[in-house]
Amino acid sequence: MSTTVVNTGTEGKTWGGGNKPLNASYGKMMMWFFIVSDALTFSGFLAAYGFSRFKFIDSWPIADEVFTHFPFLHGVDAPMYYVAFMTFVLIMSSVTMVLAVDAGHHLNKGKVTIYMFLTIIGGLIFVGSQAWEWNTFIKGDYGAIQTKGGNILQFVDTDGHRVALRDFAVAEETYRAEHGRKDGLWFVQEGTLPTYTVDEVINGFEAHDNILVRTQIIDDAGKKTVLSRGESLKLLKENGRTVVEGANLHVNEYGSPLFADFFFFITGFHGFHVFSGVIINIIIFFNVILGTYERRKNYEMVEKVGLYWHFVDLVWVFVFTFFYLV
Amino acid sequence: MAHEHKLEIFRGLLKFKSNTQKIWGVLIFLTIVTIVEVVLGILKPEILMGQVLGMKALNWIFIILTIVKAYYITWDFMHMRDELKSLRRMVVWTAIFLILYLIFILLQEGGYVFDVYKDGFVKRDF
Repeated sequence: MSTTVVNTGTEGKTWGGGNKPLNASYGKMMMWFFIVSDALTFSGFLAAYGFSRFKFIDSWPIADEVFTHFPFLHGVDAPMYYVAFMTFVLIMSSVTMVLAVDAGHHLNKGKVTIYMFLTIIGGLIFVGSQAWEWNTFIKGDYGAIQTKGGNILQFVDTDGHRVALRDFAVAEETYRAEHGRKDGLWFVQEGTLPTYTVDEVINGFEAHDNILVRTQIIDDAGKKTVLSRGESLKLLKENGRTVVEGANLHVNEYGSPLFADFFFFITGFHGFHVFSGVIINIIIFFNVILGTYERRKNYEMVEKVGLYWHFVDLVWVFVFTFFYLV
Repeated sequence: MAHEHKLEIFRGLLKFKSNTQKIWGVLIFLTIVTIVEVVLGILKPEILMGQVLGMKALNWIFIILTIVKAYYITWDFMHMRDELKSLRRMVVWTAIFLILYLIFILLQEGGYVFDVYKDGFVKRDF
């Protein structure tokens, strides 16, 4: 076979081949370039969120008032604590990942295994937390009335505390049944009907003197505008059209439907990244256990999947800021 | 080999003895920054609510702290600090340039649409 070796005369020169111009292996460099392109995708989404927010800058929902729940603590106002916990979980799993990479450099199979395992657990806790967060967001809490123009009217008492529809709406016997497929054309049906009708809410509103309507418009102090009793009733009667409970892609009890759309889309896309990261981590984890990299005398695969995992953490840092803080 | 790490952060102010130690050090720093963000987000101090360059001062603080966090995640967790300058610039400056461009255009346009809604005889409040 030695006769087939061709000598090009360029051996040892920079562009002679077999060189790593950037001192990084092919796989690692490609992972970096993938990360750049994925970062641009995410910034596209976040910038689109910024666009919509600037478009409705005077009526955008205030995140502190939307995400106020903590698991097992009912009725406690806990703005952002849970998201902060999720952020910490993700940073922590980033740390175990980088520790696994470091152990890989020392060819320490035992430590790599343990740290990879902890990273996977962290990822699972995060995905689970996000599922809980979605569930809370979709179910909603207080309920609201949507006007003909698509604006959201929420209810507060005279002290400015939020009031839920269930606390004042007077339920009457209704004859409106949900329209299902069995009642007509097989492809025509409607979603779940809200618990109350608009009339029931208005009746309940009239029966309780201490309730006012809060509109979406943000005043100079950064608070949502609260209307007087007379204005509230007038607006409800003239414009109130549907009762909204929770959020989906069409309506959103917290304010602009776009807020819910972007919430689902961006955190969903990020959650999908975390999920696929967990899957890839599991594959690498088993490879570590089987000794694939031990035999290769090289744990670079752990490093590459580590880059991806840190990137997911990096994106979350930005999502956290732009969705929950700013 | 790429196994050698630069063990200084804060421009050499803080030196660590081993890579593992540096990782824990960066974790502590990131945790402190996150706690500061959450505390500021809950308290919303009145002094920071003034407008600076078209945004609340508090929001600028959040954005700057986020970029600080992103820097340390990339530089120390993703080991960007140990890569060659050429690779670093290829990845970082490309992304930063394109992202700034996109943000500028979209936010400018969003503000314009807001003005059209506000002053342009478009009725939204019904």
